[in-house]
Amino acid sequence: MAGTWIFVEQRDGNIRKVTFEMLSEAQKWGDEVSAVVFGKGVAGLAPELAQYGAAKVLVAEDDIFAEYNTGAYVAQLAAMIEESSPNAVLFAHTFNGRDLAARIAQKLELGLATDCLEADISAGKGVFTRSIYAGKALAKVEIASAPVMGTIRAGVWEVTENAGAGEVVNVDVKATAADVYQNVKEFIPTVSARPELTEADVVVSGGRGCKGPEGIALVEELADLMGGAVGGSRASIDSGWLGHELQVGQTGKVVNPTLYIAAGISGAIQHLAGMSSSKFVVSINTDEEAPIFSVTDLGAVGDLFKIIPTLIEELKK
Amino acid sequence: MKVLVCVKQTFDTEAKIDLKDGKISDAGINMIINPYDEVAVEEALQVKEKGLAKEVVVVSAGSDKAVEAIRTALAMGADRGILVKQDADADEFARAKVLAKIISDEAPNIVLAGHVAADDGSSQVPTRVAEILGWPHINVATTLEIADGKATCNCEADGGNQITEVALPAMISTQVSLNEPRYPSMKGIMQAKKKPVDTVEAEAVESKAKIIEFALPEAKAAGKKLEGEPEELALAIADFIKNEAKVEIKK
Ligand SMILES: Cc1cc2nc3c(=O)[nH]c(=O)nc-3n(C[C@H](O)[C@H](O)[C@H](O)COP(=O)(O)OP(=O)(O)OC[C@H]3O[C@@H](n4cnc5c(N)ncnc54)[C@H](O)[C@@H]3O)c2cc1C
Repeated sequence: MAGTWIFVEQRDGNIRKVTFEMLSEAQKWGDEVSAVVFGKGVAGLAPELAQYGAAKVLVAEDDIFAEYNTGAYVAQLAAMIEESSPNAVLFAHTFNGRDLAARIAQKLELGLATDCLEADISAGKGVFTRSIYAGKALAKVEIASAPVMGTIRAGVWEVTENAGAGEVVNVDVKATAADVYQNVKEFIPTVSARPELTEADVVVSGGRGCKGPEGIALVEELADLMGGAVGGSRASIDSGWLGHELQVGQTGKVVNPTLYIAAGISGAIQHLAGMSSSKFVVSINTDEEAPIFSVTDLGAVGDLFKIIPTLIEELKK
Repeated sequence: MKVLVCVKQTFDTEAKIDLKDGKISDAGINMIINPYDEVAVEEALQVKEKGLAKEVVVVSAGSDKAVEAIRTALAMGADRGILVKQDADADEFARAKVLAKIISDEAPNIVLAGHVAADDGSSQVPTRVAEILGWPHINVATTLEIADGKATCNCEADGGNQITEVALPAMISTQVSLNEPRYPSMKGIMQAKKKPVDTVEAEAVESKAKIIEFALPEAKAAGKKLEGEPEELALAIADFIKNEAKVEIKK
């Protein structure tokens, strides 16, 4: 029972930042860290993974892994875990990561802590801190089944460069066509030049106070000036001003940026659930009593239609 | 066809969380059906109303009180309920085992469940149940179509959406955007009182994960709230962005 495995989240060879966050943090636990990557033509990702501390890169290359599919990924990873008995296996808390982790955990009859903010992993034991009740409370969960398994929220750990050997180990492909039971008929990528919400360093969100597409356009212009992502409250998503994938909150995405700007958002508890762990929060709201101000570092009581245009000019200077 | 829905009773999402004796206190908390499961109930009813299913069965694993969640689902229009009495500290592994047992006894064609619970946020149970049953699963579905022994869903995926098809029987876990759940009517509430709810004891299953400590997050120190002319406010924000948050500006 040795080694920490980090399951690599990638699509078309683009590795998600949360993978590097996990590789970086895993160095603290003193065990050898391996990156596990499934896909087609992914062996070339090894140098990038090594940069953040992967001593080994376990690669399963096959057409069957070209896109994520539950059955094939579960068959492959479960076989690898049974053969090598790592001490811990961590996944990103993404759609794919949590699907894969929960299915593997059940197949191997293991405990699993999902959406974790902290992890302390030692031989045969993992203690994870999770946010529960949409961030209103925290729970420490102990997992004593082997391997220790967890999924980690994006953006909670620092990325640190830490050269690892990055030795590529090609593993035997164990999954077969018979393992595939989902027919993915179409993948429709979200086309956006902006960073992904959950990974962005800056998020600017607009709420009902934006009153329509013109207000949202101000939010977008402000976000673009900072290379940030655009988000919204449920009110602006329900009004059709923004795509549903941009909803921040309990039933949307949980974001963890350095800077979160809330424009025309009241700060309902379900919205706060998605953004209250941001490092700095700036809010613009006409209502000085708006609950958003209770989680705000710098609040401006005023009209976003008057403030944001001046702010944009000022930042451009 | 028979549709089975797994529902969990959770705190109202507005609830303020407090600790008592080191545990989450439920004193004075309004309990609801987990909003994601409520969507699953609604979808099951729509499947029945389209004539695709004859019966909608609602199952909840939890305390005696969880029967309220079942009654709400019955009031919305489900046909009967099963309460599996299980300890509050059962983990996802134990919950999944117990639910999978009921599901194999009931042998539905499709199981619907919220993809995550609003309380523990763990998003594991439907996936685990599907694995125990050896069924396909579509996770985080935002649409559902059933035809020719197959379920097809639009679902949320990393970096986009995907359209996924699986053969029945299958587990579908639901996202809140799937539909707008109906409110129980007065008549529905009256009828629900007469609908059958079986209560069974959960088989003993040892949990694999244990919560060893609950805590409340540190309250954020109160920040600054500025009033004044829009120009002044804009300048203050610009200064904060550049000098406190130290964000790089792309001109
Ligand atoms: C189960 C459940 C789940 C939910 N999940 C989510 C979720 O994930 N995310 C989410 O966001 N919500 C969620 N909600 C909805 C949530 O309760 C609120 O209804 C929603 O967040 C409100 O959005 P808002 O702040 O944009 O709108 P409002 O609450 O209407 O606030 C608009 C704000 O804009 C301000 N304003 C108006 N004009 C201006 C102006 N010119 N300049 C500046 N400010 C202005 C107003 O003072 C007000 O504070 C959920 C609700 C439930 C019941």
